[in-house]
Amino acid sequence: MDWQPLILTFQLAAVTTIILFILSIPLARWLASSTSKLKPIIETLVSMPLVLPPTVLGFYFLIAFSPGNAFGAWLNDWLSLKLVFSFTGLVLASVIYSLPFMVHPIQSGLSSLPSSLIEASSLMGKSKWKTLFNIQLPNIKASLLTGIVLSFAHTVGEFGVVLMIGGNIPGKTKVASIAIYDEVEALNYAAANFYSIVLFIITFCILLFVYLINGGYIKKFWR
Amino acid sequence: MINIDIHKRLQSNDGDMNLHVVCHIEEGEFVTLYGKSGAGKTSTLRMLAGLMTPDKGLITVNGETWYDAQNNNSLKPQLRNIGYVFQDYALFPNMTVLDNLKYAQPKSHSPHLLAELIEIIELGDLQFQKPQTLSGGQKQRVALARAVVQEPKLLLLDEPLAALDRTIRIKLQDYLQQLHKKQKLTTILISHDIAEIMKLSDVVFMIDHGKIVKQGNPEDIFVNNSVSGKFKFTGEVLSIKKEDVVFIVTVLIQNQIVKVIAEKSEIDSLTVGDQVLVASKAFNPLLIKI
Repeated sequence: MDWQPLILTFQLAAVTTIILFILSIPLARWLASSTSKLKPIIETLVSMPLVLPPTVLGFYFLIAFSPGNAFGAWLNDWLSLKLVFSFTGLVLASVIYSLPFMVHPIQSGLSSLPSSLIEASSLMGKSKWKTLFNIQLPNIKASLLTGIVLSFAHTVGEFGVVLMIGGNIPGKTKVASIAIYDEVEALNYAAANFYSIVLFIITFCILLFVYLINGGYIKKFWR
Repeated sequence: MINIDIHKRLQSNDGDMNLHVVCHIEEGEFVTLYGKSGAGKTSTLRMLAGLMTPDKGLITVNGETWYDAQNNNSLKPQLRNIGYVFQDYALFPNMTVLDNLKYAQPKSHSPHLLAELIEIIELGDLQFQKPQTLSGGQKQRVALARAVVQEPKLLLLDEPLAALDRTIRIKLQDYLQQLHKKQKLTTILISHDIAEIMKLSDVVFMIDHGKIVKQGNPEDIFVNNSVSGKFKFTGEVLSIKKEDVVFIVTVLIQNQIVKVIAEKSEIDSLTVGDQVLVASKAFNPLLIKI
């Protein structure tokens, strides 16, 4: 049995999740505390992937990053970055596509903390970043975990965007969800079933793990 | 020396309110802000701490400008060196009591203060516990210790004792008094409890609808000056009972219950829950060595 698509799927999900985690913390902090007039617009943009068909996003990526285009050609010539039908392109698309799944839990976690905690810390002379890392983030561990797991799981389950911008290149962009579609089309149900059952079991275990921890069933390392 | 002259438009339950506070506080003074809820006490404290920006005005502390609307100048809360005890205590839930205190210590701190405070405020047994496991009174002690360990010049307390029962409250008042003197703090307290104010403060600012309506020492504010009693205590009326021709008024003074005989004319303006002054003139108390 070919494990390649599964390995690729989890590689993509892991890289995407790490990038999203680093990116989302400052973004969520800004969204949770800002009173700027720009905020509703940024909030809308972050939430767009929740409602937009993945194919729309994939289509625009394909157009924008195609080397036949000015922007795509510039990326190709100057940064030798080929984003269409490549793993890098998949990562970029996944980061944008899964953005709300990371930003929303962190944002709501941060907003739920009493503002007096942050005020107390700043009156102690601590900078905003020190307060973020020492007070805010350690008190929203459950939200951070939810964000990490949801974005990971969501990236594993991605299909439309990947198909549009990544295509179906074995070892490069052929992730498990696409492999399943491929095998079904070739009437190769045994292989399709193999990929499906592995995805099913792994995602079940990941989500179960989160609910056990956030529900307080495993207290050893938490709280 | 603190000079405050600030304006702020606030939204309150009964429409907009124009807060305009002008006051002058000497170094080392223990000041109490007294007034109804919604009068603007917390807002005044928050503006002094830099947690809320006034609309216009000036705040100077020891010659240093903390806020100056004309020059659009506002010192960050981080640089004001204020110890602040919040109404909800604001203890960091992810840290133990000891870590909460250590986090508040300034970079160059005196080496003994932390240990001393743990001793004075009796936190020894609690120091490795997380705030969630503490009672209200214990949280309050930690919050007070944490504000003082910061070695501030100015200590602000937003009604910190209101939620506690009387015995714990009296103990905390003693801690507070002790620390105020020992650390040479300038302390500003928000309180509703007249007995507490009489015990602790040098100066009272009575605030109503965003303005200071009365100021002076607690006796001038709360006590009718015509009484020149030798013994004076303030307390709360617990019950009023008629007995034959007189009335027995039970008064709670600190944590002692005292019964006082009163005449009909004295009772007329009294109801249960009132704060009263119990004074006695021309009598010869017994002194017994204990």
